Amino acid sequence: MNRDMSFQAVMSRKSEIMKKAVGIDYSVFEYGKIAFDYERMMRETGYTLQEMQTIQGEAGVGNTPLLELKNLTALARKLAPEKKGARIFMKDEASNPSGSFKARRAANAVYHAKKLGNKGVIAATSGNYGAAVASQAAIHGLKCIIVQECYDSTGKGQPEIIEKARKCEAYGAEVIQLTVGPELFYTFLKLLEETGYFNASLYTPFGIAGVETLGYELAMQFREREGKDPDVVVCTNAGGGNLTGTARGLIKAGANDTIIVGASVNLKGLHMASDKDFNKKSFTTGHTGFGIPFSTWPDRSDVPRSAARPLRYMDRYVLVNQGEVFYMTEALAQLEGLERGPAGNTSLAAAFSIAQEMEKDQIIVVQETEYTGAGKHIQPQLSFARENGIEIQFGNPQEEIQGKNIILPKDPSFIKAIDLEMDKIRRSYIKNSIETNGIQNIKDEDIQFMAVETKTTVEFVKKVMEEL
Amino acid sequence: MMVKKGTWVRIHDIVLTSAERSPNIPEDTKEVPLEMWTKGFLQGDAVVGDVVKVRTITGRDVKGKLVEANPHYDHDYGRFVPEILEIGLQLKELLWGGDDHE
Repeated sequence: MNRDMSFQAVMSRKSEIMKKAVGIDYSVFEYGKIAFDYERMMRETGYTLQEMQTIQGEAGVGNTPLLELKNLTALARKLAPEKKGARIFMKDEASNPSGSFKARRAANAVYHAKKLGNKGVIAATSGNYGAAVASQAAIHGLKCIIVQECYDSTGKGQPEIIEKARKCEAYGAEVIQLTVGPELFYTFLKLLEETGYFNASLYTPFGIAGVETLGYELAMQFREREGKDPDVVVCTNAGGGNLTGTARGLIKAGANDTIIVGASVNLKGLHMASDKDFNKKSFTTGHTGFGIPFSTWPDRSDVPRSAARPLRYMDRYVLVNQGEVFYMTEALAQLEGLERGPAGNTSLAAAFSIAQEMEKDQIIVVQETEYTGAGKHIQPQLSFARENGIEIQFGNPQEEIQGKNIILPKDPSFIKAIDLEMDKIRRSYIKNSIETNGIQNIKDEDIQFMAVETKTTVEFVKKVMEEL
Repeated sequence: MMVKKGTWVRIHDIVLTSAERSPNIPEDTKEVPLEMWTKGFLQGDAVVGDVVKVRTITGRDVKGKLVEANPHYDHDYGRFVPEILEIGLQLKELLWGGDDHE
């Protein structure tokens, strides 16, 4: 192969490489200037719920336990106003084969890759998804390469990411580790071209459809157990797939009144592509560095049209601070006997706060947990923060300065999920759709599309457009 | 020290030099190269620092500078963070009021 492998040359072949590596021609779903038929894309390229349940069931994925967190509920009620304090439940997704809900996404993507006749799969991820793809590839007998952003320029790696590398290698995957920077995508494209493997992107219709089973199971488990749907489901939000898939599954089950809340760890001021900021973060996922940009511009992902479109489903978006999530991770171990990884507990910290606003007979669900272990645990993550000059203290977490300190709540009454203004996020989505892409002569069908995308109305979109 | 052909090793390579990096990245990142580490079976005897060829676990042949033979994981549970102990004690006191529950 005598192709030009320079950065510019490979990046310019992006569309061609991606089309081959995902097997989807996204252009057939596009219309207007901005719009595309999302539901048709999900229908024609994804799988039905029943097919997904079969695929996942055969790969040991799904049907995870639903646990009631009675002691944390009792604690929330002590802090809540009289008669308030919803029952807190947790879906224990750590019991999936690779230790997180990502197994659901990977099960479908890897199944699809095998069906298309691919010899292997590649995914660009530093997170639980890598382990999930590696685990599913092992089950299906496919080769697997995981590309990670892992180290800063001094060669210091995030303990959580190094642990994920170990886990991927444990399943027989090849792990390629890089220093900080978005040009990871260049290495990723070169590998796709070199190997011809399937791009097991987090954002394909198969991946997102894989999470629908989670939402569906939630509705079914609550109907069997409590005779009703959950009132609120809190999803840790990063790239948006967790929230999107869960919400779609709930809707497929007919749980139309369930409120969907997104929760992210606040990493304000820490730049995601900064070499110096890289090891000042105590969370490598579930944070605002992914949550905000991917909500307001979903198509920034590694496929032309992301199937993760969280603003379509999100009713509320809250932030919690690093100290609050670490505190709740310890609370989960000490009061519920469940030792789980910190990142997945982002939604637990949010749910603990939101439960205190709700009535006692209501139900709030934390829809995932993740595995824990060396490197990926409150102890090494706080220890790593301290080694990197981050101060750890008790106090009011709202005073946390990301990158300088981590403030553990001085008591659990200081845990407060802070609401983001939804309309501001929606405006930002509309602005990105139009201005960032330099679109002119917007058509009516585009306006209608943006209204659906932001769960608003044509009037809202028009008003935002006038203000731009 | 000589590393024998066939040994499982870790290699390092520069993917992009500082000058070749994408223009749309923060200044501090632009100042440093994009580096890569890969593991594989060494394809010929070599010493640390040599540019070598390895065959990865998926069967790809990759070149890079030899950095380590028999690479091992050294991530662990970190140094003791005493603040963590206070959380459980505080929560149990709040919820069950200490001695009353024994």
